[in-house]
This record gives sequence, C-alpha cells and structure tokens, in this order.
Amino acid sequence: MTDTQNNGEGIMSKPLYERIGGEPAVNAAVDIFYRKVLSDDRINRFFDNVDMEKQAAKQKSFLTMAFGGPHNYTGEDMRKGHAHLLKMGLDDSHFDAVVENLGATLEELNVPQELITEVVAICETTRNDVLGR
Amino acid sequence: MYKLTIEENTYSCQPDETVLDALLRENVNISYACKKGTCHSCMVRSPDILPPQAAQAGLKNTLKKHNHFLACLCHPEQDMVIKLPDQSEFYTQGTVVANEMLNRNTLLLIIAFKDAFEFNAGQFVNLQRPDGLTRSYSIANTPQESNTLEFHIRRLANGRFSEWLHDELKVGDTVAVSEPRGHCFYLPERSDQGILLVGTGTGLAPLAGILTDALAHGHSGPIYLFHGSREVEDLYRIDEMRQLSRQHENFHYVPCVSGHHVPEGFGHGRVNEVALSSLTDLKGWRVFLCGHPEMVNQMKKMTFLKGAASADIYADAFLASPS
Repeated sequence: MTDTQNNGEGIMSKPLYERIGGEPAVNAAVDIFYRKVLSDDRINRFFDNVDMEKQAAKQKSFLTMAFGGPHNYTGEDMRKGHAHLLKMGLDDSHFDAVVENLGATLEELNVPQELITEVVAICETTRNDVLGR
Repeated sequence: MYKLTIEENTYSCQPDETVLDALLRENVNISYACKKGTCHSCMVRSPDILPPQAAQAGLKNTLKKHNHFLACLCHPEQDMVIKLPDQSEFYTQGTVVANEMLNRNTLLLIIAFKDAFEFNAGQFVNLQRPDGLTRSYSIANTPQESNTLEFHIRRLANGRFSEWLHDELKVGDTVAVSEPRGHCFYLPERSDQGILLVGTGTGLAPLAGILTDALAHGHSGPIYLFHGSREVEDLYRIDEMRQLSRQHENFHYVPCVSGHHVPEGFGHGRVNEVALSSLTDLKGWRVFLCGHPEMVNQMKKMTFLKGAASADIYADAFLASPS
C-alpha cells in the first residue's frame, strides 16, 4: 500500500507520514479520534465489548496506516479483522462515519486540508476489504 | 555484536538486528505480531540495565520505570539480560506475622521477609501453597513500611486458595511469594494532577497502597477514593480512610453502598456511577481502577470519554475477585 504515499503532491515530495508529523502525530490524534468514535452513536455499538487497552493499540496501528506510515496490514487482515462486525450489520454508512471522525480529529489538530484529503484517500483503499466485498 | 542472555542461554545479536530479530533467528519462543512497536506483543524486560530509549516508545510510564521494552524496537547498545513475560519466576519465603479479619469475609494477611522486598505500592504478587496451587493478590501497603507485605483476602465460596488462607494458615507459617508484577502503581510526577481511585471489595488493597504512596510523596492535586460494595458490612477500613481525609485537605473519601440500606455519610449506588456523577471532567486526571471486572472495563471507557488520556488510566490485567 506504499504506492498511496505518492498521491497528491507527486513522487518528488516527502512521504505523507513525514509531512503529517510521524509517530508524534499519531500519538496526538489517537485519543481524540478514539474518543470521537466511542461517543458516536452511529458506530459505538461495534466497540461495546472490546478491551480499551487492546483497542487503543489497534487504533494506533490504524492511524499509522491511514497516515501513510509503516504497517503490516494486508487486505486479508482487514477482511478477517472485520468479519464479525459484518455480522453485526457493518456497512458503508459506518465506514463513512469512521472516516468522518478521523477527518474531524485532524481538523481539530489543525492539519492542513490537503493532507486530510490524502489520509481519506488511503482509508478509501481499504473500504472493500473492510466491508468484505 | 552484543550478547543477549535469557536464563542460562546466550544468543548473539548482529549489528543490524533488533532483539526480536535475533531471538526469532535463534528460535526462541517469543510472542510478537506487528514488529513496528504498535501492538506491544513482544514486550520483555531488562532486569539490570536501562534499555535503549527508542525501545520504550509508546509504553506507559510505569512500564518504562521497570525497564520493560519492545524487543522489535530494540537495537542493543550493550550486552543485555532479557526476561520473557512467561518466564518461570523466583519465589521468596515469607513468614505470616498477622492474620485478622477486616470485616465479615475479608482477611488481613501480613507476611514478613528477612530482607527488603522491592516493589511499588499497587503491584501484585503470586502466593503459592506448598502443593503448588498459586493465586495472584494485590499488595496493600507501601515499601516504606519495613520488610512486610500486606494483603486483603476475601473468602470466596469454594475458593480453594482463599479458604486455605482463611482457615488453615497461621501466624508463624511460611508462604512462597513471587516477585512483584503489574504496572498499576503511583509514580511521583505531575504532583498537581488529579487522581481518581475507584475500587470494589478487596480492590481497595492496591488503591490503599497507591493512596498512601501518593500522600507520602506529597502529591498536591485532588485525590478521590470511591470504594464500593453492595452492603456496608463488606466495606472495610472506613474509619481509617475518613481519618486520612481529615488529615489531608486534598484527599476525599467516598464509601459507596449499592444495596437498600445506606447509612448516613455513604454514597448510594454503584461505585462507578457515584464516581462519575461526582467528577464530570477528568481531563488531565490519572485514574486507577481495581475490582469487579465489569466495573473496571466500563470505567476504563467512561473515564476516557470524560477526558482522561488513555496513557493515564491504570488497571491491571489481574483483577481482584468480585465483591
């Protein structure tokens, strides 16, 4: 999925992960993002029975990936990881809600709009795997 | 090239390898997953030296303090001794010096040691019966108080271990005690930070240790302790805690009873609900949770939603028995 790093500003620019601020940016965003997700009645039922600490670590890997950073996710991981949620009715509207919360998080952190657009584009590349299509 | 030592075995770590790479190459059975420092599956400990700073990125402060580090992020800067999480542990023999009841079903057990027992208030140990049966119990005192460990032990119906401690163990008997574990303890930093302690039943044990430790370090921020049970007869140390709150202006103690009969001076309702309705904004607070697993899980989420940072919420994977 590293090809997405060259979206937007072309091959010559630094990777998104560096431009957005690397791991410190992930750390700054993770609590804000996860708090938004847990407070969002459209999607928080999917997180009812999860362990907070394990989930925080997962959110961190997700943000690292969404910011174009190093990760080991494969399409197959995405499918396996969300299969049980599909049975609970996970669909496009929930995927959209998560992406919306991520965008709002980055806005709150004053991340420039064009970087947010790149992050959203990376998220989009996982949509079909997450929704098992 | 540096040497890595695990128990009796020594492995070499090549210059370009992480500790995890080296151990996997040597077929050491170590758990791991992401290899990027996010999942924390490969967390190990360096008992004698400070691990490289980069290998502790993203760990809770209490884990850093005890030299835990991520094998996948660690490029050794010297020879290292490594303790894997599931490695057999070292037991010390202690002697029972006190066993008396704190309330109708909770035993106060004090075990003394010949030499100083190093731990942080709030950690837990495994106690072992001569036949090998082992259970985890939280330490209720602080290291400053001579060479003893204090435990609060609730009698569980058909609990083989708690019945042994209650009915058979006598003053003068010896008990095997493991090294201390767990990362739910007080660190003397940010002393003006608010601290919220919420526990049910014998979940008070580690919280009392953490409280004593924080007060002894001159913690100046507000400290709230909510201790709950269904009936008032299952709470304990009520007078002692009230006394402490009179001595320390910043310490507030709220015993809670969820059953029908609620005496004056007690919060009415489940301890988590009482705590959350008393403190509405936890932004910047440090939170310690112990007791009923459901209460702990629900409170981890609720205190986070009320603003506490996830790194500031402490609850051990080991949970005290339900009250």
